[in-house]
Amino acid sequence: MIVLRLALQSLRNRWLTAVLTMLAIAVSIMLLLGVEKVRAGARQSFADTISGTDLIVGARSGSIQLLLYAVFRIGNATNNITWPSFQDIAARPEIAWAVPLSLGDSHRGFRVLGTTADYFTHYKYRQAHGLVFSAGKPFSDLFDTVIGADVASALGYRVGDAIIVSHGLGAVSFVEHEDKPFRVCGILEKTGTPVDRTVHVSLEAIEAIHVDWQSGARIPGQSASAAQVREMDLKAKAITAALLGLKSRLATFRLQRAINEYKEEPLSAILPGAALQELWGLVGTAETALKAVSAMVVATALLGMVTMILTTLNERRREMAILRSVGARPRTVLGLLMAEAGVLTLAGIALGVVLLYAALLVLQPYVDRTYGLHLPIELPKAAELGTLAIIGIAGCLAGLLPALRAYHLSLADGMTVRT
Amino acid sequence: MVAATIKSPAELPNVIRMSDVRFTWPGRNAFSLAVDDFSLPAAKRILLIGPSGSGKSTFLSLICGIVAPQTGAIEILGTDITKLPASARDGFRAEHFGIIFQIFNLLPYGTVIDNVLLPLSFAPRRKERATANGTAEAEAVRLLRRLGLEPRLTRGPAAASLSVGQQQRVAAARALIGSPELIVADEPTSALDRNRQAAFLDLLFTEVEDRRATLIMVSHDETLAERFDEVMHLDAIARCGQGEGA
Repeated sequence: MIVLRLALQSLRNRWLTAVLTMLAIAVSIMLLLGVEKVRAGARQSFADTISGTDLIVGARSGSIQLLLYAVFRIGNATNNITWPSFQDIAARPEIAWAVPLSLGDSHRGFRVLGTTADYFTHYKYRQAHGLVFSAGKPFSDLFDTVIGADVASALGYRVGDAIIVSHGLGAVSFVEHEDKPFRVCGILEKTGTPVDRTVHVSLEAIEAIHVDWQSGARIPGQSASAAQVREMDLKAKAITAALLGLKSRLATFRLQRAINEYKEEPLSAILPGAALQELWGLVGTAETALKAVSAMVVATALLGMVTMILTTLNERRREMAILRSVGARPRTVLGLLMAEAGVLTLAGIALGVVLLYAALLVLQPYVDRTYGLHLPIELPKAAELGTLAIIGIAGCLAGLLPALRAYHLSLADGMTVRT
Repeated sequence: MVAATIKSPAELPNVIRMSDVRFTWPGRNAFSLAVDDFSLPAAKRILLIGPSGSGKSTFLSLICGIVAPQTGAIEILGTDITKLPASARDGFRAEHFGIIFQIFNLLPYGTVIDNVLLPLSFAPRRKERATANGTAEAEAVRLLRRLGLEPRLTRGPAAASLSVGQQQRVAAARALIGSPELIVADEPTSALDRNRQAAFLDLLFTEVEDRRATLIMVSHDETLAERFDEVMHLDAIARCGQGEGA
């Protein structure tokens, strides 16, 4: 139809402003969908922090606290689990494997985790991804240490370097286990989980650096050299938490109750998945804030479009008067301007979606590598399509404002062709 | 008040008849126009003399049905357009009027042909007439050629690249296509020099005559009077004022 063609030609006549307006909408759409993707990806990555572990056991506490210190290395345990209790639980018939965790020391701001070599085989993230060594191998000597990818890159460590572990958790510590240096024997691949920021040593090593310590301070006059320590019995007396894998998942709840009701000492067992969900609920406010910000950006882009159409309106009064003179109804003029807004919005949405997928294709490997954030490239979900539809309708409705103004102008101008 | 002698045969019906028309533009300090009793007999060429500020645009807006008076009746070709709903009035204008403005007649980004064909999308009967002997495009090209537009320009690019004289020819073709009964021209030659003015009017007269249409031209230039069948002065027809009533 000729009127539509002329409307498109009119738009093409103003192509620079039209293209910029469309780009603004496209970028806002890309941001909106991108934020949604990152949010979903972050949520998934978060939920995938630990998998394959059926129960986490610690001293009696809330599930989030236990999850925070055992998995995220945030905060401290209220109490320890005695070694006999751990052995007792690990020996239960339902248990396929049990990995003890001992926390409390640090190395230049990174947490030190005392554990067994089983940790490297049983710790899983993102469904079934296991820990992979980018260099070296698991610890074999008492003073061997395996460091996460972030530790290695932040501190520039390579296999064979010597490191000294500090007592306590501060980034700068005055109490160091300088008499018992460790050697880096392995570096793990980036996982996007707290494992990246952890220094792993053997459970015995934790005991070894504390043999001449008591109540958080060195026993005066007593000092055991590294060589002497090697001769000692380094059986752990207590651990902070334990990861449990079950032979059958069906036993999970039964075992959880058994541990929660454990007679010898007060313990808690949590399901990591459920606790992760609970924890995500706490940070969910940030999600809402992100969504709100990107919605604002879309609104800003639409406002920009309305402004653009409004500013061109005055110079287009002539166009309106000509259309009216050949018999166009004011309604046609109104429709043309709304169509213009609609075309711009739809083109912006289409371009935004294309830009998003292009950006995803280019950035996905980098984001995965650098932030451990996996952004799936998949077709837009129904909810996203719904959002896009709402934005499209909002764009057409936003066009109503300049359209109504043009309508009134064309009525008031009558036959006069304003120059 | 008819300000000139009637030359046309009395049995022809009136082209325009207005009675007790009162119109005020919306808004404050609005310009208003009043026409008590006026009839324009059917004649081939009618010249309405009106200096600027005499309510010329308002008068044309009223007879073309772009605006409706608050009171009174306006009969065009026997139809009281004040009784028509607004959209029917727009349709009536599309079917029966060809309008040529003083200047800036064309949609500058549109092609010449699209500009000429524009009214046909609002006027089905004009479209029928324009396509009686072929396509509407062919009719537009034929008209443009007869109005003296160089053939290479008819298929040319955007109308904005044409000179003022060429644009007025395109505007005339747009007014004439599909043969509407009334051609209204608002000082169509004021932007042209004397020679071009005469040539343009000659072409316009020929085409209007061929179609047996009525040409109503508005101008402040009384020297054109001798070329018209009928000459009227707008200030004798309409009273205008600022504000209500006038």
